Amino acid sequence: MTRLAWIRLAIVFAALALLEWLVQSGRISTHTMIPPTQMVTELWTLLASGEITDDIKQTLGNVAIACLLSVTVGFATGAGIHAIPRLRRALDPFLTTYYAVPFFVFYPLLVYIFGMNNLPMIAIGFMFAVVAMIINTLNGLDKIPRVYGKVGRMHQMGRLSKALRIQIPAAMPNLFTGLKLSVAYSFIGVIASEFILAPGGLGYAISFAYDNFDNATMYALMLFILVLVTAINMTLHYIEQRLLRRQGL
Amino acid sequence: MTGEIHARLEGVTRVYPAVAGNPPVHALGPVDLELRRGEFFSIVGPSGCGKSTCMDVLAGLAPPSEGEVSFEGKPVKGTVPDGVGAVFQEDASFPWLTVRDNAAFGLRRKGFDPAEIRRRVDYALGFMGLRDFADAYPAQLSGGMRQRVCIARTLVLQPRLILLDEPFGALDAQTRLLMGDELLRLWRETGATVLLITHALDEAAMLSDRVGAMSARPGRLLETLDTGWPRERDSSMLEGETFGHVTGRLWQLLRSESQAAMGQHPDAGRGSDHREAV
Repeated sequence: MTRLAWIRLAIVFAALALLEWLVQSGRISTHTMIPPTQMVTELWTLLASGEITDDIKQTLGNVAIACLLSVTVGFATGAGIHAIPRLRRALDPFLTTYYAVPFFVFYPLLVYIFGMNNLPMIAIGFMFAVVAMIINTLNGLDKIPRVYGKVGRMHQMGRLSKALRIQIPAAMPNLFTGLKLSVAYSFIGVIASEFILAPGGLGYAISFAYDNFDNATMYALMLFILVLVTAINMTLHYIEQRLLRRQGL
Repeated sequence: MTGEIHARLEGVTRVYPAVAGNPPVHALGPVDLELRRGEFFSIVGPSGCGKSTCMDVLAGLAPPSEGEVSFEGKPVKGTVPDGVGAVFQEDASFPWLTVRDNAAFGLRRKGFDPAEIRRRVDYALGFMGLRDFADAYPAQLSGGMRQRVCIARTLVLQPRLILLDEPFGALDAQTRLLMGDELLRLWRETGATVLLITHALDEAAMLSDRVGAMSARPGRLLETLDTGWPRERDSSMLEGETFGHVTGRLWQLLRSESQAAMGQHPDAGRGSDHREAV
């Protein structure tokens, strides 16, 4: 581990130690927050008892579906838009202002369309993530040097071969950034939707604990989500950095 | 070198069609050019004169608007013929592949067996002085070395006609001279016909058996100079008196063309003449 990584780790532990002291010493009321050590033990108890296993499965399943859909649909749409410059010029204003739309206002409509099940949450997660993938696909394809097209033709490559062996690898750093953002946005979309009306999932479990003044469960679940999302994001960040370093970016 | 015609352009023109309200651009020609088998031929001319277009047409990367293109007696129509390789001015190495994988790219695509790929790649990397960098990525190399990777990628396919579009354009003057030496070595060892596109008079004069001087756009060949250099030559040619005569003659041909390309009157900048007139 690098010196910088040690420093980062030390900052996190120092913040946790401070929080622990503030709660244990009564400076922060236990009605507001529980000490981090109790969050860990509570989480361990929840995981060991299997009490939250179904919620974890439901949330991760929904996130996985939303992410997979947004990455595949986002990539295909991005590639399609890139191939038709006129369509791109027409869609550009929508793409650049897309994230100004508060998607959650559509939740009742999605429940009306899909019913009270996982689909509205997957739809929100998808809607959150798909445009990040489209934009990064467009950026990646834009950055492919024109000379690669000539190299492909000098090697007598067809369109598919060029796409698979030159264009996608050349755009990979941006595609990976799109994937990373899609994962993050899918988590946000799905978990936030679970807070509103969902019949289950981690977001619902946190909301349920909150409504019932069950601080221990609520903070344990929040810790679980934080650790999970950080771990996934750090893994993707590590792979992304390796890709970028290799390409001299 | 023999007198056999290896590649030929006959009455070739290239006109880019009108785009977004802009008028069509007549970029090239008409050009007649015959490349003899095994010779080193350069086309030199001012920026934007259509040199690269000429190469694209010969390679089959762009169709001529008029005229005929042939390679080894067969017409070139819209596709790159077997036996033609090209190196471009821009860095075209693939940053996601190692130097070895870059060099092997075309061979793998053509389905060569692994042993033959290894043999050819090892030879090409050794020839280009890249053996110690086989497992490096292009981002870890200098601009000159990345260009050598691109040459190695072309070399492994054993092309009979090598087209070079200002391959050293982005390199500093000293590195260009050294790369020129390597290019001459490559040309001698492979026996391939080489067409070099450049705007550098000294580069064209040093490397070539013949140099074609191209006019400002639309590019036409004004004159073809026979340098008369021996096949065994390198950058020490620059020290010779004759070298100055060749570059001098090229500049004589291209001075007014370069001025035209810059939008200047052909007589502009002739200081002494101007003073005399005053």
